[in-house]
Parts: sequence; C-alpha cells; structure tokens
Amino acid sequence: MAVVETRGLTKVFKQGELGAVNNVNLLTQEGEFLVFLGPSGSGKTTLLRMIAGLETPTAGEILIGGQDVTHLSPRERRIAMVFQSYALYPHLSVYNNIAFPLKAQKVPKEQHRQKVEWAAGLLGIGKLLHRKPRELSGGERQRVALARAIVREPTVFLLDEPLSNLDAKLRASAREELEEFHDRIKTTTIYVTHDQVEAMALGDRVVVLHQGVVRQIGTPREVYDEPADTFVATFLGSPPMNLLEADGVIVGFRPERFFPAGLLAPGGSPAETKLASQGGTRVPLRFHVEHSEYLGAERILYGILEGTRFRDKPVCARISSNILEIYAPKTTYDFAVPEPELKFFDAQTGKRIPPRPFSWQ
Amino acid sequence: MIARGRIREWFIGAGRFAVLLFFSVALAFPFYWMVLTTFKQGGDLYNLNNNPFIFNLKPTMEHLHVLFRETMYLRWVGNTALVGIIVVFITLLLSLPAAYSLARLTGRWGERLGIAMFLTYLVPPTLLFIPLSRIVASFGLQDTIWSLVFVYPSFTIPFSTWLLMGFFKSIPRELEDAAMVDGLTRFGAFVRLVVPISLSGILTVVIFTFTLVTQEFVYALTFIAPESRQMVGVGVPTFLIRGDVYFWGELMAACLITSLPIALLYNMFLDRFIAGFTVGAIKYPAVYSL
Amino acid sequence: MTSSPAVAQRPHGRRSTPESRAWWLGQAMFFPAMIYVLAVIGLPFALAVIYAFSDIKVGSVGYHFVGFQNFSSILRSATFLRALYDSFVFTIGSQVLVLVGSTFLALALEKKFRGRGVVRFLMLLPWVAPVSIGAIGWKWILDSLYSVINWVLVRIPILHLDKFNPPQWLGEPALAMASVILVHTWRLLPFSTVILLAGLGAIPKDIPEAAEIDGAGFWRKMFQINIPMLLPILNVALLFGIVFTFTDMTVVYILTRGGPYDTTQVIPSLAFFTGVLGGDLSEGAAISLFMVPILVVVAFLMLRQAHRTEVT
Repeated sequence: MAVVETRGLTKVFKQGELGAVNNVNLLTQEGEFLVFLGPSGSGKTTLLRMIAGLETPTAGEILIGGQDVTHLSPRERRIAMVFQSYALYPHLSVYNNIAFPLKAQKVPKEQHRQKVEWAAGLLGIGKLLHRKPRELSGGERQRVALARAIVREPTVFLLDEPLSNLDAKLRASAREELEEFHDRIKTTTIYVTHDQVEAMALGDRVVVLHQGVVRQIGTPREVYDEPADTFVATFLGSPPMNLLEADGVIVGFRPERFFPAGLLAPGGSPAETKLASQGGTRVPLRFHVEHSEYLGAERILYGILEGTRFRDKPVCARISSNILEIYAPKTTYDFAVPEPELKFFDAQTGKRIPPRPFSWQ
Repeated sequence: MIARGRIREWFIGAGRFAVLLFFSVALAFPFYWMVLTTFKQGGDLYNLNNNPFIFNLKPTMEHLHVLFRETMYLRWVGNTALVGIIVVFITLLLSLPAAYSLARLTGRWGERLGIAMFLTYLVPPTLLFIPLSRIVASFGLQDTIWSLVFVYPSFTIPFSTWLLMGFFKSIPRELEDAAMVDGLTRFGAFVRLVVPISLSGILTVVIFTFTLVTQEFVYALTFIAPESRQMVGVGVPTFLIRGDVYFWGELMAACLITSLPIALLYNMFLDRFIAGFTVGAIKYPAVYSL
Repeated sequence: MTSSPAVAQRPHGRRSTPESRAWWLGQAMFFPAMIYVLAVIGLPFALAVIYAFSDIKVGSVGYHFVGFQNFSSILRSATFLRALYDSFVFTIGSQVLVLVGSTFLALALEKKFRGRGVVRFLMLLPWVAPVSIGAIGWKWILDSLYSVINWVLVRIPILHLDKFNPPQWLGEPALAMASVILVHTWRLLPFSTVILLAGLGAIPKDIPEAAEIDGAGFWRKMFQINIPMLLPILNVALLFGIVFTFTDMTVVYILTRGGPYDTTQVIPSLAFFTGVLGGDLSEGAAISLFMVPILVVVAFLMLRQAHRTEVT
C-alpha cells in the first residue's frame, strides 16, 4: 500500500494548445478511495493513464510510495488497473486471465493456483474459473477484472470508469460491490468517473477536474457544501446550484435549500425546526412557479424570482415529497433561502469569496 | 532499469525499420526493374558488362514507341477495357439486388446462402476451364471476347455481392423504414434510397471488379487464341516474343503501363476494401466488451 | 449487428403480410445472381466430373463411360505424381514464408509513421499487378543470361560463383522450384499482410495496455496476447492463400511452363497442358479433379472458423 503523489504534472498533446492536464499537484492518503471527477475532456483519464505509465508526462513528476516512477514503464510500477471495457483477454479462461499477471511477473508456478483461488474467492467468482470472458455477464466481468487486478497485491489500484458500461440497475449493485471490495482490501485506490453521484458515494475524497486543472480537492461534503468555484458548484448536485450574477459578484444557492417560507418558521416538525435553527436569518424571495416535475421522492419546481432584479433568470427549487403542499404553476409563492446557504463567487474568476452584502432588487 | 527499457525500445525501432526496408525493396523491386528496363536502350540492356542498375547509355523511349506502334498492345488494352466495362455492368446488375437481399431480407438462411455463394470461390478456374472451353465453343463464342463476358461474372458476382452485403448492412435499417412509412415500397426504397447512399461502396465494387477482370489469365488463355482478340494479361507474356526471344524492353514497358493505373486505383480504395472485408470476415470476441 | 424484429420469415398463412412480401422480394432479388453463378460454376463442375469418367477428347463423337480408368492411369503416371508432389511443395513452402513474412510486416506497419502510405503502396504492388505481369517481370529478373540477381551474386567474392555459369534460376530443377515458391510468396505477401493489419486493428487498444500493466514485456505481449488474438484472422489468410496457390497455374506457366522436364509442374498446369493444349478432355478433367479434396478440406475449415466467430 502506498501513497501516490504528483507534482506539477502536465500533459500537452499538441504544441501551443492548452494541455490535457495542467500542473496537477496531489497527494493521496494511504488506503483512501480517491475519485477523479470531471466532465469528458477534463483530463481525468489522461491523469490516470499518466499515473499508470500509459502516457508520458510533458512535465512534472509522479511518485508512488515515495519513489519517482515518472520514467518507469507500467510494468515496473507495481500498480493494477481496471479499464472501462475491463480488457479481459478473450482467448484465455477466467483462471488464466487472473493468472496472467503472475506469469508475467515470473511468480513461481506453484503459487499460481493458490493466489488465483484467493483472488477469485475474494470476489466470489470461484465457480467461473474455467469459463471464457465471452460467457460472462457484465457484473461477472467486472469481478474478473478486479480479481486480475488484485492477484499481485499491488500498491495502488487504478479504475477507469468501470461502471459506465453497465446498465443503470446493475450499476448500483456493482457500486456496492466496489465499496465492499475496497473496505476489505484497503489499498489506495484512484477512481475516474464523470458521474458525480458515483463520486460522492464512493470517494473518501474527490478531485474535481476541469480542462486539465484541479478545481478542488475535498471530501464529498466539502466539495458539495463548500465549493471552491462556480464550476464545482454547478457540476455537483442535480439539478445544479442556482447562480445569479450582479455587481461583479455571483451568488448561488442550491435548489434543495430554496424553501417555501412557511417551513422556516420556528416550531413545527423536527425537520422544520432544524431548518429554522440554521442561523436564523433568511432571504425572502417571491417565487413564481412556471412548471414542475414530479419525480416520486421529490418535486422540482422551475420558475423565476418575481420582484427582484433577476426576474428573467430561471431558478429551481427541490421540494421533498414529505412536504404535502401543492405548488401550482402560474402561481407565486413566498419562498426563502437561509442566509448561510448563500455562496458567493467572484464574477470574473468564478472563485469562491466570503459573503458580502448583496442587493436583490 | 530505465536504460534497459530505452535500449530495448531502440532495438525494436531499428528492427521495425529493417523489416520495412527489406520488404519495401523486396516487394517493389520488380517494378523498379520494369522502369529501368523500359527506358534502357537494347545495347545497354543486353550487355553483360554494364552495371544493370544505372543507365550506361542514354535512356530511350524506343521501347514505348515499338510497343504502341508495332505490337497489338493497345488492342489488348482496348479488349480488356471493353470486357471490363461490360462485366462491371452485368455484375452490378446482378449483385446489387442480391447483396441487398442477403443484407436485409433473408435473415439467418440468407447468411448461409451468402456464405454458399462465397464458397463458389473455392471452385477454381483451373477446374472449370476444360468443360467451359467446350461449352463456350458450342455456343460459338470461342476466340471472341464474349466468351469472357459470359464467364467472368461467375467470379466477380460472388465477390461483389459479399462486399456490397457488408456495406448495406452498415446502413441503418431505420432509413428504409422511414422511407416506407413515407410511401415507398421496399424495392422503391432500395432503388431510390439505398443505392444512392451506397455510391461509394458501389464505386469500390466497380474498381475491384474491373481489376479482377484485368488480372484474369486462365480463361483468357483457354478461350482465346488469336492475338488481336486477346486480353492484356495474356497478350503481354505470350505475344511479345519472336520464337524464343523475348522483347524485354517492350515487355517491361507493357508491364509497367498495365500495372501502374491499377496500382494507383487500388491504393485509393484500399481502406474501403479493408472495411468491407472486415465487416464480413472478422468478428472479434473481444468486441463484446466495448 | 442489430436483430430487427422485422427479419423476414417464410410465410405461413395465406395472408400477404409485409414480412412475407419482403421474403418473396428477397428471393426474387437474390435469384438472378444465384442462378447465374450456379449455372456457370455448377454446370461445368458437373461436366468436369462427367468428362473425367469418360474417354472424351476434342473431336470425339459420342460419350463412352470408362469408370475409374482415367484416375487409375493418372495415379500411375510419374508426371502426375511429380505434379502432385510439386503442388504440395509450392503451396506449403510459399504459405509458410507468407505467414511468417506477413506477420513481421503487419506488426511493423501497425504503428503510424511518416511514409507509411508510401510503404503501403509499394508493398501492395505485387498483389495489385496482374499475376501474369508480375510473373513475366520475374522471368526477366531470373533470366538465364541477363538475370540481375546473378549479376550481383557473381560479383560477391565469397560465393565463388562462375561468371560464365551462373545459377539457372529457371533452368535447374531445385532452383526452379525455389523460384516458383519465391514468386508465389512475393505475390501473396501483400494480401496476407493487409488481412493481418485489419486483424491487428480490430484488437481493442486496452488489451495490450492491460497486458503491459500486468507486467508483460514486448515478447510476452507478442506471443501471448497479440498473436493468439490474431489466430482467427491468420487462419482466414492462410486458407485463402492455400486456395490461391494450390489452384494457380499462371506462375508456373509463365515462369517455367512446368519445366525443366516437368519438375515444376503443378496439378492445374498439368491439367491445362493435357486437357486444353493436348485436347485430352477426359484426362485433363480427371487431373483437375484431384484439387477437389484439398478444396473441400479448406471449405470445411473456413466454415468452421466462420461458425466459431459467429458464436461469439
């Protein structure tokens, strides 16, 4: 188990253009599950591949377990990787797929069976050892890929969007399996995804990347509740944070923090009281609902803030189904946002700034 | 550690270069030789003391003149072109519908039929030429180019059908469904929609059919005797001699002129050809995982 | 390949449905081509068999069935046995060379590099030029007097070759065999390479990468990953190559006419000399029928290969 560190890591594909990865510095903690999160083109996969040794950095260093591996080939880095397509060797049985790294690393033959069975047992695929990859389901293939990765007991695990090829239902259970897997082996793991729900669910910390630059590193709570800039604020959370710009400042508030005003009065249900006790002050806003979506567990209301200078900017609110009131379209209601929930960003740089006076009219 | 990897890489690179160099030279050398021979004077060509790799006497166009003016070379080219065009036409006429039918309309059974048609390739001309020579004679087509027009589609059709089938399969079905919803019949959709879309595939088939015709040797040799009716593939190696003596200058000139256009055409369409070939023949088990 | 629910099925009931109409249309569109091919291939094939069991020659009147007579006399003929032997030598010899050569070449061509287009063009030339043209070109290169190869070899001191008695590439039996094998190989290399390149391209990129990460070096990747994954394709290329070589008469006809003294004769060329030039239709047909067993085996192997890839 080791710690992965990058210093000033940069990768430029085309001379003169912006790099795919720009000056990334990060340091994992031992045994943590670190997620690289970002949209396509954010450089997250390139970053992962550089750590794996499949791409050569244009500048910067990579250290694994304190050793500079920047110029080492993948096989010399003692890492394991699970690819998006799993990359199982189609002409080999599951057993031989898992045994392949052992053969390649010249592990003595006598140990092969024992290690393969250990890895297979860990992932519950002991019964599939004689099958070929094409006979397996998506979930089974993932497990074989994981077994193959773990059989050499690597110091670092790299996973490149392994869930994106599975269909939605399977994804949830596969995600659970991954979590259990990590709990059991406790190896430092770096996981790449564009799905922010996955990132929040799996990650001990999340590295949010955009255009090759690290926007924020933090726990899921930190990146969600205290975003470092507007990109992070809007990338996490669905529907995204409402952002309104005026006077060189952008103010944002999350749809789920945008409540019917009545809910914030003291007294009432425990949930309501808790909301009320959050810092007292609130900003009242007249919300004119234009249309709503019923999603079962919650409702999303789309509309505009009437009577403010933002009346032409659409905003939305997220109301849990626990709240039984009806908020009908073409009607205006009294809504409010608790003041501590307002996040402020500099309009030019997008970066987070401390709260400051803000005029709604 | 690092050094070893780098040196290994260098060796592999050098090895790759050596392989490429060797094969490029080995495969292309005869054509280079054709070029040299075409333009060398006879005196230079047949003088064993001269270095054959350079022009010891001035290069000459004489062989080309003789080829064009005093042999039937142009006649052969004309015959070949004529046969080519007619065979292309016949091939398209028969294989376009057949390919469409196999690609769209006949399901599982159709694939078997397609394979069966392709298996006819395993019946070689060198098996059929004896009976065919009699059949051709009995139709009175002996010694005419029509004998070839009659027989050539037997190998151009399977090949073209197979290429086109792969090509049609890559066109989404929804296009024709949309056309039929809009009022066309299936055949109408085929003629008005699928064929125009497939023009580049059809062009590929045209090119390859034409080259198959120019390459053919056995049937032309068997069915046609008179020099003036012969095709270029048989005429060149057979008639550019007097007794035992080959006219190498003219021969090589003929070879060069015949090969070059075909080579250029092939080169332009190679990628298309590979795509067509792979759609049919190569299905990777690994593709499942993508 | 998508499976559409509208794949035409054979019509059952009497009502004309879109599916049944489609099925009939499919048959109609396919038939002309199939009938044509069957006629021009199937009929002559049947005729060849009929001839082989008779004593028909050009100009014969009437047909006499003679049973296996032709076959037995062929099998006793030294010329034929030599031709059979030669056919195998040429096919196996050239295919081995082609397989090895095209594997190297395909692997070398795989990665992009400057000038790759040029190399591809040059490498294609032997396949693209008509067989006879390539063969006659080689005939000049291997000429008894003016061979450029001899010109070079004679001047290499180590070889001690006699300037006035250089190797007769087409005149001495062993050399003539080697020459024919060489020309066959030369001709088929591009075809095989192209197929292999396509196969290499079809290997998903992440599999060699996964092997690299798993610790495989250059050779292990080559022999345990790349080549095994190429085997189905290699198979296809090999089978085609065998058919093309075994049934080819052009190279032999142009280079040596089967000589010297029938030492480079192959079955198809022997059939030609016997049946077409010699007019002995029945014997010629019988000779050519000896190619059939090989072709049947090849057909079977090809179908099995196709079925295997179908299943996956």
